[in-house]
Amino acid sequence: MTDAAQPAVGSVRAPLTAQQVAMEARLKKRHRAETWFKAQGLAAIIVAMVFLVVLVGRIVGQGYSTFETHTLSVPVYLNPERIDTSDLEGVNYDYIVAEAMMKKLGVVDDDLGLVSGKVMDLTSRDLGFQLLNMLKADKSLIGKTITVTGPFKADADLYFKGEIKRSTPQEDRKLDDQQLNWLDQLKNDGSVKSGFNFAFFTHSDSTEPEQAGVLGAVVGSAMMLLITALIAVPMGVMAAVYLEEFAPKNRWTDVIEVNINNLAAVPSIVYGLLGLALFINWLHVPRSSPLVGGLVLALMALPTVIIATRSALKAVPPSIREAALGVGASKTQTVFHHVLPLAMPGVMTGAILSLAHALGETAPLLMIGMVSFVPGVPEGFTGAATVLPVQVFIWENASERAFHERTAAAIIVLLVFMIVMNAAAVILRRRFERRW
Amino acid sequence: MNLNPFALPLVQGHAMTTASPDDSVAAPSIQAAAPQVYAAASTNEIKIHAKDVNVFYGDKQALFDVNIDIPGKSVTAFIGPSGCGKSTFLRCINRMNDTIPTAKVTGVIDIDGSDVNAKSVDPVILRSRVGMVFQKPNPFPKTIFENVAYGPRIHGLATGKAELEAIVESSLKKAGLWNEVADRLHQPGTGLSGGQQQRLVIARAIAVGPEVILMDEPCSALDPIATARIEELIDELRNQFCIVIVTHSMAQAARVSQKTAFFHLGKLVESGSTEDMFTNPRDTRTQDYITGRFG
Repeated sequence: MTDAAQPAVGSVRAPLTAQQVAMEARLKKRHRAETWFKAQGLAAIIVAMVFLVVLVGRIVGQGYSTFETHTLSVPVYLNPERIDTSDLEGVNYDYIVAEAMMKKLGVVDDDLGLVSGKVMDLTSRDLGFQLLNMLKADKSLIGKTITVTGPFKADADLYFKGEIKRSTPQEDRKLDDQQLNWLDQLKNDGSVKSGFNFAFFTHSDSTEPEQAGVLGAVVGSAMMLLITALIAVPMGVMAAVYLEEFAPKNRWTDVIEVNINNLAAVPSIVYGLLGLALFINWLHVPRSSPLVGGLVLALMALPTVIIATRSALKAVPPSIREAALGVGASKTQTVFHHVLPLAMPGVMTGAILSLAHALGETAPLLMIGMVSFVPGVPEGFTGAATVLPVQVFIWENASERAFHERTAAAIIVLLVFMIVMNAAAVILRRRFERRW
Repeated sequence: MNLNPFALPLVQGHAMTTASPDDSVAAPSIQAAAPQVYAAASTNEIKIHAKDVNVFYGDKQALFDVNIDIPGKSVTAFIGPSGCGKSTFLRCINRMNDTIPTAKVTGVIDIDGSDVNAKSVDPVILRSRVGMVFQKPNPFPKTIFENVAYGPRIHGLATGKAELEAIVESSLKKAGLWNEVADRLHQPGTGLSGGQQQRLVIARAIAVGPEVILMDEPCSALDPIATARIEELIDELRNQFCIVIVTHSMAQAARVSQKTAFFHLGKLVESGSTEDMFTNPRDTRTQDYITGRFG
């Protein structure tokens, strides 16, 4: 052993060779790169979370006030002079309510009816409808004083919620100072109550924002989705099973596969045009119905279901197929007894995700006439219907401010609908996975 | 019935397996009854006869003119280096190669005189006569009971619950697994250990009442103790079945088989009694492989 090979005696640490120095530099560089990469990932997640919080926060912040509403209780004198018992439908109940309001507020109408007009701007026409229904049921009420409870007009409601402020110049708001004074007066004498807005869930669309609700849209969405699921899922799964398990691998199946993948990327509005030409113009399916909407969305969801199912089938280990074939199961038995059940969780996930996608789809539905005012729950699968995303679209375009509040609320309902669907997907997947 | 040479023995074979729910009676009865069906069957009777078998995967030829006779009621081992075609040949016997679209098989493989590749033969029926055990234990992700009962059920071999239970019990007993799983038949088969899973898979194959059992490296995924247990089982089963086993381990071939065939580069180099092959190989390639010079 020579001196050259021996580290210098006494030195705490042997001087590093050039190779070691280079290696240490590389090591440092590698650690730096790793730290930098992790930081980038973390930053990406934080940015994404911030966007999500802003999105949800804004929607909820804008929409939550819809779920609160203010109601008015007012004693109404059913003046026999104003009510023609032979024509209950023709009576001006709005004016009877206005009279009651004026009495309550201690004002009298002028000759031009300006005061009663202003008073009428505060209360919903729902009060008048209530009177009509009561009288239809019981004519003996005429001449008596009864107390009716009903919503305010949307603007008055917005004032109570603080959305319309007194500090805004009078010309820029819908209610003038006098009307605001009246509202304050009503609030002070205790005839105003705030509560949960059940009407939003029990009413369908209406021209009056305080009367508009999402029931029709929710039912329409559910019916349309049912059609979509009934068509797209069985067809998609069967097509995928055939392509994956039975079809020969040749040029034709390659062409089909490429086309399916391309169809999944076709803009959804194109499916709307296809649906318009195929289902409405050719097959004469009623336009604007859950049936035609469901058919169009089924076309749109089909490629996604096929792709998801095929990848779920591909993920089933070949050993299971061999095992089944090995005990003498036929091809069909192998697929339906073993492969498909094992692929089911993946199939379910794919199917429900594509249905959730279909639920939120608006553009193709505009093409098939679903963008129309439908003030009720759809009458069957061929009746006119509106669906949640289209309802959002319609309300967003409305000029009245209260509709914008409802737009956000409808989005919340839509999101809850989707969360419920995704939860169902998770539950179904667990159920299938546990099945031994 | 005449159209399908594989239908008759299957049905008869099952009638006797399922005749008695008690395995202690059923097991001997299959041995006693077997000669009735195959009157001339004896240990050195040729069960499988392969003539000029060529296999192509697309343009690539995997097997070249394989000629071999495989005796019934004994164990035949296929040995050879990786990619030599031994598994390919094994999979020709129950037409598992049918599942590979590009595979093409020429030549004749007959079992008891009927060609497995004949048009009249339904591969499903063939596979119920020629069971298969794979390299990796592949129980269905179902209960132990369901694993074994699946085959008899799809072939309609049991006409009631009791009969089906009897088949499952006797199959598990023959596979030497009954004592270990009797109290947990309704737990997942995938929860067993590797060796137990492989015996479960063997029980599953037995349940259909096969005459031939093909085993494709059945022990390569197992530890030595589980391997020894399977080898023991193979030795027990050879009294009832014609067993063909592909193995990487020459020691295993020497231990379990009566006949050995050596494959190399897609050709059957040499076949003969295991004793002769290991003590007195005729071909130098066989000698080199057996002595560990390659492979």
